[in-house]
Amino acid sequence: MSKHHVTTTINGEPTEYLCEAQQSMLDVLRDELGLTGSKEGCSSGDCGACTVICDGDIVCSCLMLGVEAEGRSITTIEGVAQGDKLHPVQQKFLEHAALQCGFCTPGFIVAAKALLDQNPNPTEEEARYWLAGNLCRCTGYDKILRAVMDAAEVMRAEAAQ
Amino acid sequence: MSYLDKAALKIVGTRPIRPDGVDKVIGRASFGADYTMPGMLWAKVKRSPHAHARILKIDTSKAEKVPGVRAIVTAVDFPDIPSEEAFIGEGPMNFRDLSRNCMARDKVLYDGHAVAAVAATSNAAAEEAVDLIEVEYEVLPHVIEVEAAMAPDAPVLHDDMFTQGVEPKPTKPSNVAKKITFTKGDTAKGFAEAEVVIERKYSTKPVHQAYIEPHACVVAVAPDGQTTIWSSSQGQFMVRAYCAKLLGVDMANVRATPAEIGGGFGGKTLVYLEPVAMALSKKTGRPVKLVMSREEVFRGTGPAAGGTIEVKIGAKKSGRIVAAELVLKFQAGAFAGSPVGPGCMCAFAPYDLDNVFITGYDVVSNRPKVAAYRAPGAPNSSFGVESCLDELARELGIDPLALREMNAARDGTKTPYGPTLTNVGYMQTLEAAKNHPNLQIPLGPNQGRGVASGFWFNIGGESSASVHVNEDGTVAVVEGNPDIGGSRASMAMMAAEVLGIPYEKVRPVVGDTASIGFTFLTGGSRVTFATGMAVTQAAEKVVEQLKSRAAAIWDISAEAVEWKDGKAFPAGANAGSFEPLSLADIAMKSGRTGGPITAEVSINAQGAGPGFATHVCDVEVDRETGYVKILRYTAVQDVGRAIHPSYVEGQIQGGVTQGVGWALNEEYIYDKNGCLENAGFLDYRIPVASDMPMIDAVMVEVPNPRHPFGARGVGEVPIVPPMAAVANAIADAVGARMRDLPMSPPKLRAELDEQDPPRMAAE
Amino acid sequence: MPRVNYEAPTSVDDAVKILAGASGLAKVLSGGTDLLVQLRSGRLKPDLIVDTKRIPGLIGIREEGGFFVIGAATPGVMLSGNAKLEHAWPGVVEGADLIGSTQIQGRCSLAGNLCNASPAADSVPAVIAARATVVIAGPSGRREVPAESIPTGPGRTSLGKGEFIIEFKIPKPKPHQCDSYLRFIPRTEMDIAVVGCGTNVTLDANGVCIDARVVLGAIAPTIVVVEAAAKALIGHKLDEPTLAALDAAAQAACKPINDKRGTIEYRTKVAGVLARRTAAIAFERAAAR
Repeated sequence: MSKHHVTTTINGEPTEYLCEAQQSMLDVLRDELGLTGSKEGCSSGDCGACTVICDGDIVCSCLMLGVEAEGRSITTIEGVAQGDKLHPVQQKFLEHAALQCGFCTPGFIVAAKALLDQNPNPTEEEARYWLAGNLCRCTGYDKILRAVMDAAEVMRAEAAQ
Repeated sequence: MSYLDKAALKIVGTRPIRPDGVDKVIGRASFGADYTMPGMLWAKVKRSPHAHARILKIDTSKAEKVPGVRAIVTAVDFPDIPSEEAFIGEGPMNFRDLSRNCMARDKVLYDGHAVAAVAATSNAAAEEAVDLIEVEYEVLPHVIEVEAAMAPDAPVLHDDMFTQGVEPKPTKPSNVAKKITFTKGDTAKGFAEAEVVIERKYSTKPVHQAYIEPHACVVAVAPDGQTTIWSSSQGQFMVRAYCAKLLGVDMANVRATPAEIGGGFGGKTLVYLEPVAMALSKKTGRPVKLVMSREEVFRGTGPAAGGTIEVKIGAKKSGRIVAAELVLKFQAGAFAGSPVGPGCMCAFAPYDLDNVFITGYDVVSNRPKVAAYRAPGAPNSSFGVESCLDELARELGIDPLALREMNAARDGTKTPYGPTLTNVGYMQTLEAAKNHPNLQIPLGPNQGRGVASGFWFNIGGESSASVHVNEDGTVAVVEGNPDIGGSRASMAMMAAEVLGIPYEKVRPVVGDTASIGFTFLTGGSRVTFATGMAVTQAAEKVVEQLKSRAAAIWDISAEAVEWKDGKAFPAGANAGSFEPLSLADIAMKSGRTGGPITAEVSINAQGAGPGFATHVCDVEVDRETGYVKILRYTAVQDVGRAIHPSYVEGQIQGGVTQGVGWALNEEYIYDKNGCLENAGFLDYRIPVASDMPMIDAVMVEVPNPRHPFGARGVGEVPIVPPMAAVANAIADAVGARMRDLPMSPPKLRAELDEQDPPRMAAE
Repeated sequence: MPRVNYEAPTSVDDAVKILAGASGLAKVLSGGTDLLVQLRSGRLKPDLIVDTKRIPGLIGIREEGGFFVIGAATPGVMLSGNAKLEHAWPGVVEGADLIGSTQIQGRCSLAGNLCNASPAADSVPAVIAARATVVIAGPSGRREVPAESIPTGPGRTSLGKGEFIIEFKIPKPKPHQCDSYLRFIPRTEMDIAVVGCGTNVTLDANGVCIDARVVLGAIAPTIVVVEAAAKALIGHKLDEPTLAALDAAAQAACKPINDKRGTIEYRTKVAGVLARRTAAIAFERAAAR
């Protein structure tokens, strides 16, 4: 079976790769591109550990084929920080201790970043429903929500300046 | 030295950012499946589709022909080891059972039981080959539920299982591995004096730990047998010990490195994949990567036990309990070893009772072998006891918190399982709960409030730690516990506190089995207690060395040096007037004053203080659908001393949420063939973010004097009260007493309909 | 996942040719949120995947001649992001919006949801209640049929070889016409509907119902258009006797199974509950439009 040649943009960088048709975007990120920050928790779109942003919307990369990335723009956890400057969501996760084992954390951070990009002032309930597709077994979600709401406040203040 | 005075602490008790935090928020941290080695092969396991069957034949010939396949293993590739008790992991274990759980021999005992494994040059080739392995089975009758497995005509899983703890010894094999009892006082006498007796039966279903990271490992066996294991586990020494035993090799030839671990909760205190990958690597001469899918995690790895809980409590009308009895029947899964022991021991531990009689049964059935899950056994038995106490309180017209206060265990109480309690904070948790604003919030229609308490012993055990002073005065702390919940931060904080230097100057590292002395696994709520103790002692030894080096530099006696705020000072004017020497000053000169400054401590930590908790839960019930909404949750716990309060709160909030899932929606659903129907996160329903409110974690601190900083284990107690707290809240809200978990909407609606038949629709 | 071939045609005709000419099993890929799950689990073993997202018009929402026309592969986020559609048919949008998580919403499509033919599909009851039609392209050209004619049983559709849906057409609502969709799930999110109900009502100036369509999901092998429920509403305001009759009609239409998501008894009762609740919301919305 011949491989497909895909030209895409990942974390702002023009990227090319070869993949078989049945390889998911998650497989490609992890096994072909060395971007192991996105995690495989369930492969059925139920846990969100593989969350990436595709053309502005969050998707489960385990439910997208690598070939579908052709011509699109993908952001992974590795593209959230800008060099050594952490994104406010990342910084607040650290300050609020919103991670324990850290496995679900990349998915949550990507999902939360997308939330705040689209809705800078979510209520706690809106944030909870937005993040319902990201499972966490360690934290009980409390500190995650606090971190997201705090990051939102910081980002609104920065935008106001 | 003791650091029990909270006011004197500078670092312990604060909330710094964890040292491994940045790696985890940028996706750089390496978990089990993130690792690769050159020349690596990909492996997949073939699993039984039957709940109970004899393996007649395994034909791998077609599979071997798939391009890319390099080796296939079955039970013949593993030594047939004899029955032997193991004391390596959390909970009872038998080496032979573990070996057969990793790779079935003669029989498969549950849907998902591993029967073969393939290593190939690609995932696709390995998957294709697994499908082509042909296994001939003789399907046998199966049994799933505990009481059915105990019935005299039940299909028997093991021909050599004769119930232990029963006189006379049985002559026929059964599915009851053992019977245990605990006795205190005289319950017959106690019940005779009771003015009211409540007798109820409760049940729980097995639930999975549901860590988001599936099991994963990479194992490389060199031609000379040198083995390297990289795996997601709760203990690299446990991994090494089990693999060495199961494959029949010397431990010195196995080096196990713990990857970052994506959740364990007890479910990763044993091995499933590493021995299999080791056998494949040995056969192929190449590193082998073996990762479970989510479906495999549910079908093939150990959940918490489920079972029945029969409670009988006798009390005076005042509420004083005079007798209590408990019968537990717990599922062990396919092999013996449910946590029925701890279940028995913890159930009445929060109470000061004179007359107690507890019986427990460990029962096998055709489901995955159970593994530890956060306070194993206690959530089950406490669900029964704490619900029954609520029923008693209602019967007597007494406030449920007041009932508990009246019977509370305190310092000096002898537990039903033997030890006497000292320095415990149970009363304090009741007080804090009673005075918490949660209790003042008025409740609306169909809303209710429930309270429940819980206990877990926590363990200490063997830990090693070393503290090295780097030449620039920064410090490395090497310890042996995989960091599940932020423990690295606590180790660095305790070391920094002892050394008197900033937290950022202390770098903690989790060492592999070759790099640190033996350390028991991360579990039993032991790491902050036992490993923290080892780290503290090692840091103290380093301080002694620093003082003697300063003394050498000043040419005075070491007794004349004191250490304060990270510096050596002459102790008093008589010692001489010298400028203080910082740790960095001394470090720089260490080569000239005697060599590297370092200390390693190995201990078997004793004196782990038990944990108590009291929880308050507010719910709202939709009567028409049986849906339960958690409105509010307050969890009060005696944490001893919170080294890093954020991570202690995190343990409480996480345990509460797991308990809520256990209470409301989590269960295994089997079809009539004994095959698992809900092997995924879609239909195995753990709480999602929108299901939970904020959780108020209230930390009460009654320091444990046996730990230098007063710490006691905190991770497990939080999962013990929630199921009863939710059940009691539902009873308060709509008068429906749910005794069988999970309290899912169809069951609650059915219970409500029985109470109050629905209105008939108009014609 | 097992090996498979992949094509991404850039026109409807090319897609039809590929699908019609496929030698083995060919499956259409829109959002992939059902297809990829089934590939992964081994439930489906296609030889060819045909990705329709590169075909112009398959993604997008437009208004045309009294209809909302929705490209078959339009992801859920675009539906909930369309203010006009949301105002006109809030039930359709809320049904689609309830499919899975935010991440699933980034990909899932009405066509995928309909053609996967699960009786519990969240977008389907309200789409059918709104009397949507689908436009199908195939070897014999195009045809337009009511959406409810597509699912014929769990996992089965009436589409022939080489056929696929290119768009949904939902008629613009009349004055005082509006809809609602509710489902019951054990958690707050992420579950497959135990029962789903889409209700579409049209009221006169006095608030009396003059037209209705009540569609139940997850209570039979396919969705059920409950004629008796519509009859119970038409000619009435939403008073107690009407609600009771509606409840009874909904319950009577149920032929559910016992499975890992619900029992027969429970689904039947909850169908009645959701019929009442969606009717209340639809009536309130219709009165305001």
